[in-house]
Amino acid sequence: MSKKTGKQTYQFGNPPKIISTGTVAGPLEGQGPLHEDFDEILTDARNNEKSFEKAERSMLTKACQLALNHASCSTDEVDLFLAGDLLNQIISANFTAATLGIPFLGLYGACSTAALGLSLGAMLLDGGFAETILTATSSHNCTAERQYRYPTEYGGQRRPYQQWTVTGAGAALLGYHGEGPKITGVTLGKVVDLGSKDPLNMGAAMAPAAADTILQHFQDTGWDPKAFDLIVTGDLGKVGIDLCRQELAENGLELGDNFSDCGLLIYDLNKQDVHAGGSGCAASALVTYGHLYKKLQRKELSRLLLVGTGALHSTTSFQQGENIPCIAHAVRIEV
Amino acid sequence: MAKAKLTPRQQKYQAKAKKAEPKPDYFRNAISAFFSGGLVCLLGQALIDFYSQIMKVPPKEAANPATATMILIGALLTGFGVFDNLAKYAGAGLAVPVTGFANSVVSSALEFREEGLVYGVCAKMFTLAGAVITFGVITAFVFGLIHAIFH
Repeated sequence: MSKKTGKQTYQFGNPPKIISTGTVAGPLEGQGPLHEDFDEILTDARNNEKSFEKAERSMLTKACQLALNHASCSTDEVDLFLAGDLLNQIISANFTAATLGIPFLGLYGACSTAALGLSLGAMLLDGGFAETILTATSSHNCTAERQYRYPTEYGGQRRPYQQWTVTGAGAALLGYHGEGPKITGVTLGKVVDLGSKDPLNMGAAMAPAAADTILQHFQDTGWDPKAFDLIVTGDLGKVGIDLCRQELAENGLELGDNFSDCGLLIYDLNKQDVHAGGSGCAASALVTYGHLYKKLQRKELSRLLLVGTGALHSTTSFQQGENIPCIAHAVRIEV
Repeated sequence: MAKAKLTPRQQKYQAKAKKAEPKPDYFRNAISAFFSGGLVCLLGQALIDFYSQIMKVPPKEAANPATATMILIGALLTGFGVFDNLAKYAGAGLAVPVTGFANSVVSSALEFREEGLVYGVCAKMFTLAGAVITFGVITAFVFGLIHAIFH
């Protein structure tokens, strides 16, 4: 029997559970409204390491160890490690995999990596290729800004539509033993390019990809969006979520108050100087594995659609004037 | 830069995205740039006066040590992590004078410190300022040439 429903959606006959999670948040994120939901909060963005890159890696490793500890699971019991980050050649994930010593599949989905890891992990588990999978991702404001934009101490004025790369790391342990919310279906996204070129306006670039995947999920499954307690995009920010809402409305899908964005949830936009909200792999990882996971466990949420959004451009491609190709993957999580 | 033609669907979305883009507060930015830029220039003038009247540097040459001092101040503020916080409000008022140049060089140098002294700091400190230097050298050359021919 095929597990595929419709064009892009996969439903799991034997839905894997998210057994445990681990989160490490940066200092700014630790001052945000979700600070109580993170396992650890750094007091310093360098985390006593020599470089910001090493700091990012240390957060990712720590998040993985926290997820394993919470489930009292050793690395030997984990079949596969699926991880990725924003840095060139997903270097933070590579080094973390070296430390953990678990067979590793590197993922690149830019800021959609958390949703990509959950999707692939759930498919591998339901397919019987593994029994326990660890998936993780990270981003760091200072490493991402250096790679994609300007030096951290450079004094430029930020645009009002610019987003702030979230510093943090999140990991989730997937499997069948223990208790936890289930991943019941995923919709894998297509790359959407609607001609955006401005790497400072990621929300506008990614909004059509998010809308495309959301529409496809409901078309494939026949579900009613009202049946979800929360439909949450990864990091569209203030500008992107409005555009996504418009795109959905034009296609006949009006979403109500149950539609939000991890990049908006993680900061207090009125008090914290982050302009249009958060972005980066850690935006959806911290919000989903920290805040939303705890809400699912407490049964305050019973059905959730996480739509991880990613901008798949490179520094070379946008300097050469190319468009920003974007993607979104949706993961349905139910208690 | 390559300009790929946008499809009608892409054009339609880009028009929508353009409309949704929040605009910076140009008026407030211009006012704060005017006053902060003025302050920087006032400080510069004070330094010129200091060098010419107290340090007895000939008035025509006093601008050189004054510029060097401004660069030093910009560099120190960058190093102490203050410059970017000031620039958030001052904008062009700090970026256009020589302090902005100092900031772009020092921030790059700091950023790439971990990649070593030679290939990190020395090679990459001009990633942002390189273009300014290139244009400066070319302009100086062209005008020097004109000066030499017609004088």
